[in-house]
Amino acid sequence: MGKTLAEKILSEKSGTEARAGDIVVAQVDLGFIQDTTGPLTVRQFREAGFRKVSGSLRTAVFLDHAVPSPNRELANDHLFLREFVRDTDCFFSDVGGGISHQLVAESLARPGDLIIGSDSHTVTAGGLGAFACGMGSTDVAVIFHLGKTWLRVPESIGVSVSGQFPEVVSGKDLILHLIGLIGADGATYQSLEFGGESVSRMSVSQRLTVANMAIEAGAKVGLFPADDITQEYLAAQGRAGDYRPLFPDEDAAYVRTVAINAARLEPMVARPHTVDNVVPARELKGTKIQQVYIGTCTNGRLEDIEVAARILKGKKRHPETRLMVLPASRAVLQAAIAAGFIETLLQAGAVILPPGCGACLGLHQGVLGDGENCLTTANRNFKGRMGNSEAFVYLGSPATAAASAITGEITDPREFR
Amino acid sequence: MDGGPEKRNGGDSVLTGRTFRFGDNVSTDHIIPGRYTYLRSNLPELAKHVMEDADATFVSRVKPGDFIVGGNNFGLGSSREHAPLVIKMAGVSAILAKSVARIFFRNAINLGLPVLVCNTDGIKDGDELRVDLEAGTVTNLTGGGQLAFSRIPGVMLRILAEGGLLPYIGKHGDFNL
Ligand code: SF4
Repeated sequence: MGKTLAEKILSEKSGTEARAGDIVVAQVDLGFIQDTTGPLTVRQFREAGFRKVSGSLRTAVFLDHAVPSPNRELANDHLFLREFVRDTDCFFSDVGGGISHQLVAESLARPGDLIIGSDSHTVTAGGLGAFACGMGSTDVAVIFHLGKTWLRVPESIGVSVSGQFPEVVSGKDLILHLIGLIGADGATYQSLEFGGESVSRMSVSQRLTVANMAIEAGAKVGLFPADDITQEYLAAQGRAGDYRPLFPDEDAAYVRTVAINAARLEPMVARPHTVDNVVPARELKGTKIQQVYIGTCTNGRLEDIEVAARILKGKKRHPETRLMVLPASRAVLQAAIAAGFIETLLQAGAVILPPGCGACLGLHQGVLGDGENCLTTANRNFKGRMGNSEAFVYLGSPATAAASAITGEITDPREFR
Repeated sequence: MDGGPEKRNGGDSVLTGRTFRFGDNVSTDHIIPGRYTYLRSNLPELAKHVMEDADATFVSRVKPGDFIVGGNNFGLGSSREHAPLVIKMAGVSAILAKSVARIFFRNAINLGLPVLVCNTDGIKDGDELRVDLEAGTVTNLTGGGQLAFSRIPGVMLRILAEGGLLPYIGKHGDFNL
């Protein structure tokens, strides 16, 4: 019997014939922390008496959640992490570098890697064929010390995508549709593995968006094969040597398969307060939106900003709708400036925020007022997520967000084709 | 630290307490909202906001030994270990739910906080429960009846038995599965 992507990678990393359901101890290639969960990792690391970070893996520290720091407490957490970095030779990204998951994709993740981060959206790197999953602070402290961790090899759900995506319909709409279909716990403890002829044409940027939200269906990991498109992406990042092809075996066993015809997809929106509360955007016409948020580790890449800029070109945001744009990394911001997208967005009335998480988790830079509605390209709409439990968060694609910024209400972007 | 491998260093294997009943999909944002991230290096202050967006009165009513009872997909959302940590700091002795999100489950066990998966439908808010961790049973002292919870995977049981992941690694030096 052949292997799924998850079984292949975990077999390699554990040196065993890993099969779904097995518990394995696996070598980790990259372990990383960020500024809201990292301080606890460092404290646990020290409390346990671990002295040195293991040399058997690459480690990284990202300051991305509270940047620039909004208050004294978080500034002190940053100091604490910078001091830890000085004692180690971690890859380090300070304020303004960007969101961990974007930087991992740009600079660190390789197909076939086992990547563990102290952030649930670590799954993003699955878009490059890495077994990437989030764990808590203590697990990562032990990974920093031992260079390995234990894992239960997940069963896999095979998601096969066929057909041509209609114009303005994107990976975001695909993953929202899928989560609506299987539910917020539809893939708990399992791996979501994407394949099919449409996937073989999907850009890495879109794959990262889809993998990013695997966790919103409860999945441990969201995996894409590593193919020619992956190779081109890595080469464009100056990392051609990091490529290796990786595909599931044809006779791999899946617990379940889901077939999606992309040609039938349409722009989708998740309503408050759960990610699986999904309907077509057109059904929400008339829902007033006070803030549009374009960015985050889900949709803050150049391709996303380009889509928004195309729709907003020569137009203005609705006077009662604030428009915020956060590029996911410094490199994305630079490329968006060079391409003229930032100028277009500024002319449309956008606020450009620094690369980072911004208000995605409700700390600063766009916290909502009571009763306000926000349409964000992020991945979560839980009650209180954007800093106010009296506010309402809707999730959609960059195209839907841009169209809604113009009209001031939730709008199907096909109206702006 | 005198227990055998199946005994918890963290405490007794029979727990009794009162329940706080919650519904499905209690997220890590309900348990400890992101707006309190600035308090994460000040745990006693952070812990004052435990469960705030699910039940703002919880923190003033919870007593050591009490149980949190949820429905499906308890603890979904972020990887913040602060979620099970503040629950543990509130004195909660175990979480019971129909299903539990993966990262939350693992984090709770790593902190030595038992998470028990069982059919919680019949458990009401305020019920008095007796949980026998070794026998794998939950007895409802108020509503009557007994239920069994699913076996915790062996590796997690061994981590729990040592009181959490750090004591486990401290003792064994590595993963001994
Ligand atoms: S952008 Fe949002 S979801 Fe992504 S890492 Fe930052 S806070 Fe988490």
